[in-house]
Amino acid sequence: MKFKALTAMAALLVAPAVMAGGPDDDSLVINEELEMVTETAAPDHLDALDTIYSGWRFRTDETQSLQMDDFDNPAMIFVDQAIDLFNTVDGSEGKSCSSCHENVEEFKGLTASMPKVIDGKLTTMEDLLNGHRAEAMGADPWKWSGPEMQAMIALIGVQSRGMPVNVAIDGEAAPFWEQGKEMYYTRFGQLELSCASCHEENWGNYIRADHLSQGQINGFPTYRLKQARLISKHNRFRGCIRDTRAETFAEGSDEFRALELYVASRGNGLTVETPAVRQ
Amino acid sequence: MRLTTITAALALTAGAAYADGHAKMVAPGDVAFSEYGEVDASLSGKPGDPEAGRAIMISRGKGNCIACHEVTALNDAPFHGEVGPMLDGIGSNRSAEELRGIVANAKMMFPETVMPAFYKTSGFIRPGNGYTGKAAKEEDLSPILTAQEIEDVVAYLMTLTDS
Ligand code: HEC
Ligand code: HEC
Repeated sequence: MKFKALTAMAALLVAPAVMAGGPDDDSLVINEELEMVTETAAPDHLDALDTIYSGWRFRTDETQSLQMDDFDNPAMIFVDQAIDLFNTVDGSEGKSCSSCHENVEEFKGLTASMPKVIDGKLTTMEDLLNGHRAEAMGADPWKWSGPEMQAMIALIGVQSRGMPVNVAIDGEAAPFWEQGKEMYYTRFGQLELSCASCHEENWGNYIRADHLSQGQINGFPTYRLKQARLISKHNRFRGCIRDTRAETFAEGSDEFRALELYVASRGNGLTVETPAVRQ
Repeated sequence: MRLTTITAALALTAGAAYADGHAKMVAPGDVAFSEYGEVDASLSGKPGDPEAGRAIMISRGKGNCIACHEVTALNDAPFHGEVGPMLDGIGSNRSAEELRGIVANAKMMFPETVMPAFYKTSGFIRPGNGYTGKAAKEEDLSPILTAQEIEDVVAYLMTLTDS
């Protein structure tokens, strides 16, 4: 049946190269030196899957290739902009990020462990950045999915590229993780679909023209060619829930923080690929 | 648009005599499913039109059935999904009663299925106003397909006799 679908589609379309079900067999090495783990054993807490895959493995060769070299990766323009932002004074205290942080490399490893509980609150990278802007700089918050915020998150993410995702799910994180898990399996909207309906039960299958991945977030923010900008995790969640004909949640809501922790934990063991490229 | 929802809702709740004065339309909440999830009688009280059903099958805003199902006879419409089984020959393998039940609410036959219910207006978690992401009140919801559209799709599926 898979084969039939293949021939039918190939006949119809100016066929993109990859059209088979499941992830492809390509391996991802960035700049010919940085090896990524795009496939590994699922973390212990995840009974429903044996193996987890990076979303990169489900994209076409063309899209994949854009992520293999930083000169080709369109997201790198934004990373460069964030380097400038890092050194730009903003707010009432006359400070920039670099007034307190010698250089951005000191954030190596941070992205791999986010989100995490800090002072009892489940904290995302967006929260950290806006927190420092408010407290240390006296600067206005950045919009959650705005260009400055997501560019800075991409720059910080690049420092952890190639490191395995390892978010904590026990201790203080446990209740948030449970909340996120509950959401992941809730069938929202008039179409009554959960995250699991698409990304756990049907990864590898096409849904209309979209090749379903496992919905991992190890490459976020991702650069979407269609939108020509960086897409935040919460923006992606919002889109997926909206597509079930549901009332979605707000970016930066406690619900999406919890969902982010749970979804991140499903990718524990994959490497940070920020900023990934998607169609 | 508001008006049409209200009129539609009125017509539905009243289970009112359909415009032609004979046919009875069954409201989404009143559909009688058999123990196996079949629905015996036409939901609109009228026969379906297979040509209209074909258009609904491929339309993104309507059934969008090919998002999940492959159908060889619909190969002129691009991008068939793989989430559900291929539907070639379904008109020989299943009765109109079974197909009506599956399209109206597939969960009556396949309890955990990911296939959405196309003729249902209540019991949802955070239902939205179409694909806007905004909330909808349950009483304002219309089924994804109308009674007649369900009949049209069933009529089309019955034409799929070659596998
Ligand atoms: C109706 C099907 C559907 C549902 C339900 C759904 N998604 Fe998705 N999702 C998609 C499609 C299609 C894509 C784009 C292809 C891909 O990357 O899988 C996608 C992409 C994603 C991505 C980007 C992955 C990448 O590598 O770029 C994430 C993350 C994601 N979804 C998370 C979720 C979460 C969390 C939920 C539940 C709140 C959810 N999705 C519900 C269909 C769905
Ligand atoms: C989001 C995915 C999805 C959509 C959209 C969808 N289906 Fe399905 N459908 C399925 C799945 C999955 C099954 C298999 C039932 C199960 O879960 O065991 C199925 C089963 C069926 C069956 C029974 C097949 C058999 O062999 O018994 C029919 C008939 C059917 N679908 C018709 C339709 C029609 C007509 C539409 C559009 C009006 C539609 N489907 C839309 C996913 C979908």
